[in-house]
Amino acid sequence: MSPYLFAFLDEHKITSIFNPLSTPAKTEINMGMLELAITAAIFLVVAGLLAYTMIRFRRRRDDDGHQEPPQVYGSNQIEAAWTVVPILIVFVIAGVSARSVWGVEDASPPKNALHINVIGHQFWWEVHYPGYNIVTANEIHLPISHNRDRATYLEYTSSDVIHSLWIPELGGKTDLIPNRVNHTWTDPQQAGIFWGSCSEFCGVQHANMLIQFVVQEPSDFDNWLAAQQQPQPTPTEISAGQKRFQAAGCWACHAVKGTHFNGKLGPDLTHLASRLNIGSGVLANTPENLQAWVVDPQHAKPGCLMPKSNLTGVNLTDLVGYLETLK
Amino acid sequence: MTIARDWQLPDRGNVGILMLILTEAVLFAMFVVAYIVYLGQSTAGPYPKDILNIPILSTICLLTSSLTIVLAEDALKHGNLGNFRLWWLATIALGAEFITATFAEWRHLIVDEHLTITTNLFGTTYYSLVGLHATHVIVGLIFLMLVMIATLLHFDIEKQARRIKLLSWYWHFVDAVWVVVFTVVYIIGR
Amino acid sequence: MATVNYPLESAGLRNSEHSVLNILYRWIATTDHKKLGLMYIICMLLFFVISGLMAVAIRIQLAVPNNHFVSPETFNQLFTMHGTTMVFLVGMPMVAGLGNYLAPLMIGARDMALPRLNAFGFWAFLFGGILLYSSYFVGAVPDVGWFGYAPLTTTRFSPGASTDFWVLGVLVAGFGTISSAINIVATTVSMRCPGMTLRRMPMFVWVMLVDALLILVIFPPLAACQIMLMLDRLIGANFFNPTVGGNVLLWQHIFWIFGHPEVYVLIFPIFAIMSEVVPVFSRKPIFGKPAMVGAIVVIFFIGVGVWAHHMFTVGLSALSNTFFATATMLVGIPTGIKIFNWAATMYGGKIRFATPMLFACGFLFQFLVAGLTGIMLATAPFDWQLHHTYFVVGHFHFTLIGGLVFGLFAGIYYWFPKATGKMCSETLGRLHFWIFLIGFNITFIPMHFAGFLGMPRRVYTYLPGHGLETWNLISSWGVAVQIVGILLFVVNIIWGLWKGEKAGDDPWDAWTLEWATTSPPPEYNFEKIPVVRSGRPLWDLKHPDDPDWRFE
Repeated sequence: MSPYLFAFLDEHKITSIFNPLSTPAKTEINMGMLELAITAAIFLVVAGLLAYTMIRFRRRRDDDGHQEPPQVYGSNQIEAAWTVVPILIVFVIAGVSARSVWGVEDASPPKNALHINVIGHQFWWEVHYPGYNIVTANEIHLPISHNRDRATYLEYTSSDVIHSLWIPELGGKTDLIPNRVNHTWTDPQQAGIFWGSCSEFCGVQHANMLIQFVVQEPSDFDNWLAAQQQPQPTPTEISAGQKRFQAAGCWACHAVKGTHFNGKLGPDLTHLASRLNIGSGVLANTPENLQAWVVDPQHAKPGCLMPKSNLTGVNLTDLVGYLETLK
Repeated sequence: MTIARDWQLPDRGNVGILMLILTEAVLFAMFVVAYIVYLGQSTAGPYPKDILNIPILSTICLLTSSLTIVLAEDALKHGNLGNFRLWWLATIALGAEFITATFAEWRHLIVDEHLTITTNLFGTTYYSLVGLHATHVIVGLIFLMLVMIATLLHFDIEKQARRIKLLSWYWHFVDAVWVVVFTVVYIIGR
Repeated sequence: MATVNYPLESAGLRNSEHSVLNILYRWIATTDHKKLGLMYIICMLLFFVISGLMAVAIRIQLAVPNNHFVSPETFNQLFTMHGTTMVFLVGMPMVAGLGNYLAPLMIGARDMALPRLNAFGFWAFLFGGILLYSSYFVGAVPDVGWFGYAPLTTTRFSPGASTDFWVLGVLVAGFGTISSAINIVATTVSMRCPGMTLRRMPMFVWVMLVDALLILVIFPPLAACQIMLMLDRLIGANFFNPTVGGNVLLWQHIFWIFGHPEVYVLIFPIFAIMSEVVPVFSRKPIFGKPAMVGAIVVIFFIGVGVWAHHMFTVGLSALSNTFFATATMLVGIPTGIKIFNWAATMYGGKIRFATPMLFACGFLFQFLVAGLTGIMLATAPFDWQLHHTYFVVGHFHFTLIGGLVFGLFAGIYYWFPKATGKMCSETLGRLHFWIFLIGFNITFIPMHFAGFLGMPRRVYTYLPGHGLETWNLISSWGVAVQIVGILLFVVNIIWGLWKGEKAGDDPWDAWTLEWATTSPPPEYNFEKIPVVRSGRPLWDLKHPDDPDWRFE
């Protein structure tokens, strides 16, 4: 499947949290808007009072400095007043916040929810669809939920350090922690390609550990699932590129279903050519970029864990040609 | 002026030692919390109930040393240097017994039971907590011995009664911590 | 205890020894709280400049997307060292420096309770700082962030010595901090001059007392998790080893039990400065002193119970998240009360906008903003969006620069005449204030918007076309303006030392005891130990017809 089959989708490059497109995101932003309104009001009142005080009670030029103003030590009533009012405000915010927390966190998955497991790595995302026997990386497809009827339920963990997955328009972030499974959910209400990023410092290429959520109409999503479930067909004759994949040692880290390549240290490449980006978002998935990446991934992502291949000439073009067939 | 003459504030040494004890208590609390959090969490043995023996004798010795140090201070207050030296030496001896017994227990655990700080979560939390306490006992013993040497060299030890009192507070603290560690490690945790 | 009156006839100070060696010895071997206080402040300012230069490098790198000003490794080292330096080598010596210099003077004592411990504390701090920076000489600069989350900091993911330098440098400096804290408590409890009951103790000293107690309670958790990490790294312990069942969240819990109250440790001395500066320049006593002290104590207690608001995204239960969110919001109340009380102190007064007061006013507006963005972050659901983004970076720089640094400048300009006997230039001070104010806001307001648009923290670059270019560029340009402000400060200090007007004992017409002695104070502080009858002893002396003790 070519990436261009869903490239028609709106790509949300500007990912503002004020464009919530799922139920959890909307809950969070409603909370946020209430916050902003209350804090803005508090700011106007208090800053206004401060400014007024500073202007009204400044020492005038003609003041000779000998007459001190009345020495007021305090007032219990005033102290009480400006203690009680903030307590009431906190009471309101805390109550709304608690309701939002429970609404988002304690929601249990509906029966027809799609389950996805994500495992964080330095510096890429391993993605499993356990119900469909699909393994992929760095790009998560999920169905649109027009009437909030098809949620996606995600489980997160990590194989090394702590990461965090965040797609601003689809919900808040949740951490991927080793030896721990975290849950979150989303129900995207608009189709599109949504950018997200790792949001917990995880090492030298934390900045380039990006991810995309591709939200599709149900039929398109089903087609994608079906295509991803297929292993690569066994060819009548092993291509030069596939032999180069073996000779260059790529199989030590990468897997291609349908072949005997079963490396688990790096992203699964079975349907590499169907993805929008490579290197977890660092380069668009074009043949030129793929070639540059294979030669020297350290150029685009210095410090990532994929070594240079030192391939040149026909060996290189054969290999890249093979990778391009992994649709 | 009457204000100046009647002005009495707490002794700064007392405050200093109390603050030191406060901060050390919080430090121990953190390691106790880690111990409790990791109770039962080791994925592989050895496990506490299999290999931990309750250190009754050394506990009695350490707690008795709190008594002997009080007796030493009392003797000093009454000017009885002979008894002071006796009880002070007893305190050191009892503390030394505690340390010796602790290290003997560790030797047994490492050599015979193959439990080191790297073995599992139990090993990590056990050695760090008991070790932290033992370190504080050793520091206390060093100061106790300095006082012993001072009095044997006929320094004017009575003039140092205030500092000796502060040292004894530290020593009582170390003993109190042992009560907590003992309870958590050998009673609750087994 | 007999009090000694100075100067003693018999003890003549031999002024003949002015050789360099002798001067050096007097400073290195000193236990005098004033010298040590100044040494803390000078070292703090040096580390501030070094760390500030790191921030400049960070902002140059982030000015445009895909920049190559520094490598990813260097960038990660920069933000790690910047944060670590600012918290431990600028913030903490500020606490110690201000507390050690001013507390004995304000309570009418000759020195701190434990002078030799004081000296030990300073040298431990300095040694810790040097140890941390010596990592540059062996090419093992820490790069794990100032809060070093496990398991990134374990040997498996941070091989080499860089994390060891980070842990040990901070640990050693921490011993110095704990020493200072013990000393401050002992001093405020045991060394007050006759008549100075706790009620009559100046606000500054009250706040430093609570601050010291807070340090004593929260630095052990820091030491504990660092010792645990060192045991893991050096001898293979398993505190943070998930492969044998270890819980990496243990680090986060223990670290934030330290880390959150630490921000109160840092800001309390600034509250203390505010409670001295605002009254003097408004010509009124602090409004509601009991409430102000009460607020500090309440912040102490609530502040140690809110740590997990740094962990809203780790998957704690809904109950935990709600508890910590609520507690965090509650801590905003006593802080708000303090702002209201300062405002009420100014209300009805005759405000003189000398340089210290300008910075105090800047503090009030900016700390208000910081507190309000803090309330936004306290609500867990909103925090799930904002956590680990540039919104948080904006928030804490508003508290730390807009609050702490502005308040610190207020304090420096206020007590500079006392410590040196000279006055700074009001013109330069005013320029410093306005330029730094503008530069600061230009840099840090846009960060909130970058956070709204999805920019995470600790990233050495960002993609073009995601709406982040404008805000980052504006932020970076603000740095240039801030640099001008800081340079003006440096020039002003040098000018003050060199050509400043003589200050005299009491240039600001203030009311606490440090203004009752010469500027700078003699080594013995006061000729006669004062006897006080109120919280503003100099007000009583200057206004015998209307003394404070009639109203307290």
